[in-house]
Amino acid sequence: MWRDHLTEIIVFSLLFLLVSAMGFVAARWRRPKDMAHLDEWGLGGRSFGGWITWFLVGGDLYTAYTFVAVPALMFGAGAAGFFAVPYTIVVYPLVFLVLIRLWSVSHRHGFVTPADFVRTRFDSPVLALLIAITGIVATMPYIALQLVGIEAVLKTMGVTGESTVARHLPIIIAFAILAAYTYQSGLRAPALIAFVKDSLIYVVILVTVIYLPYKLGGWGDIFDAADAKFQASPNPNDGILLNGNNQLQYVTLAFGSALALFLYPHSITGVLASRNRDVIKRNMSALPAYSLLLGLIALLGYMAIAAGVKPLPGASAGSVDNNTVVPLLFDQQFPDWFAGVAYAAIGIGALVPAAIMSIAAANLFTRNIYKEYLKRDASPAQEANVSKITSLVVKVGAVACIVFLDPQFSIDLQLIGGVIILQTLPAVALGLYTRWFHRTGLIVGWVAGMGLGMWMLYQVASPTKKHFGGSAFPLEKFGFDTPKTIYVGIVAVLVNLAVAALLTLILRATKAPEGVDGTTPDDYFADEGDPRVTPGAERDADPAREPVA
Amino acid sequence: MPAPEPEAPTTAPTRAKDHSPWNWLLFLPIVVPLIPAFFNGDAPRIFGFPRYYWLQLAWILLGVSTTTLVYQMTKKRGSR
Repeated sequence: MWRDHLTEIIVFSLLFLLVSAMGFVAARWRRPKDMAHLDEWGLGGRSFGGWITWFLVGGDLYTAYTFVAVPALMFGAGAAGFFAVPYTIVVYPLVFLVLIRLWSVSHRHGFVTPADFVRTRFDSPVLALLIAITGIVATMPYIALQLVGIEAVLKTMGVTGESTVARHLPIIIAFAILAAYTYQSGLRAPALIAFVKDSLIYVVILVTVIYLPYKLGGWGDIFDAADAKFQASPNPNDGILLNGNNQLQYVTLAFGSALALFLYPHSITGVLASRNRDVIKRNMSALPAYSLLLGLIALLGYMAIAAGVKPLPGASAGSVDNNTVVPLLFDQQFPDWFAGVAYAAIGIGALVPAAIMSIAAANLFTRNIYKEYLKRDASPAQEANVSKITSLVVKVGAVACIVFLDPQFSIDLQLIGGVIILQTLPAVALGLYTRWFHRTGLIVGWVAGMGLGMWMLYQVASPTKKHFGGSAFPLEKFGFDTPKTIYVGIVAVLVNLAVAALLTLILRATKAPEGVDGTTPDDYFADEGDPRVTPGAERDADPAREPVA
Repeated sequence: MPAPEPEAPTTAPTRAKDHSPWNWLLFLPIVVPLIPAFFNGDAPRIFGFPRYYWLQLAWILLGVSTTTLVYQMTKKRGSR
């Protein structure tokens, strides 16, 4: 009952209102010259320095869903859930050099989205459209998942009702507020709020990792309790260590997720908003500090086991909602006011990425669908306006996903999202280094990778589901005589690359037109202070850039 | 304006701006955390943490120190 959680609800609401106010004030922060421009609304004026970028990108990548789902995975499956740690270690050295090239070429050409880059690099509106749609489709369920994070907290506080509307009203209100200040302040809102979010999360985690082990008998006991639970369970793949069968899955999932992370449009938005190349490099070396946080948060799953937490029932009868274990752990172990602070940390942790993601999706729509196909001569003010409205639509869509569909459906979609965003790797990430791939090859490779990825995900069963039961594909389905599993995304992107390469060789032999590369090698090294080209004027003035494919 | 070939040798001088032997170090924190043979064990425990957990957390330090070192050694000094 919600009355038992009154203190928690009050603390949660107060902190929530505080950041909402900050979100509205953010429009005036760092004095934009002209808010009616996509560079200002959607990229914060491309002016963010080291600290803001750190909080923004960090707040962007480590989301409420991470904080709820990773410990939930540890709670349910054990060691396999820890993949988030190597994943977030590997990602930064992996993209250290790649992202500064993307920043430079985007700075010089005024690119706002990864599809903008692909459009100019490969001279193919079709490929750019595919990249844009992939980005939007992968981002939508990700936003919906942020709502799952908030909902886990609200459920634990007893803020829930019988009817569909009553159950979701708090989420709808929260998202209406979020939509309003994102509309007004653009990327400045999540950038400013990220400070509060991270401060709260750091405080909560520091207190948790010092206080809870002391209360639960020390780390050794916590691991032993988890071990005992997994020993007793019938599932052969859980445990506090990996076994012979899930190691390949663990490694490929960590690596594949790392490859996917900075292909997500919202991560790219965060990176493009930074002031210069140095800011990005410095951030790539400092951001892993969050991984430590993530590792400790993951272990909350084991603390919940040691504390004997029983997850709340799920949406369907007989199921349990493991996403509630962390909120329940806080509720059981902390005084009410501190549990309220912890809940606010999770709730606000959902707002920051949700805002950035909706902005990124809106930018993709505006630049690569609206401007490309609906209104070629859109002015910067019109662009900004379309983006603002699209960001509202995106959020309404995300809320509708949660209200009218089973939240489990969003989780499945997000699983798919990771696999599909990986299929943009050849065009976006490799495209930053080489134009060797033929644009048609990239398109067909995308189709092949996407098709195979979907088929593989469909084949994965879990104890509760026949299809889309996870991302671990059993190798025996490929005819190998082994119980080992592998991450679907890696296989799909390898096939994508192979198809793209093969077709490139064929197309080159047949002398198929390749289009004009709108970038020069020098573009990839431009830094702050470099004269910018306005993309609209450039594209319109140069007839050679008209679409060919 | 004809588009220059990206692989053309004329690009070598600008290309060198991002080239540094230090960059090879970045492979270390990419490869090492992905070898389960290193970390997939219980003993020795440190502060109650099985090796699986403390060693993977320790690799965060490997990641941070490597990228920081590479950043410091390759960052722009003056006009170079």
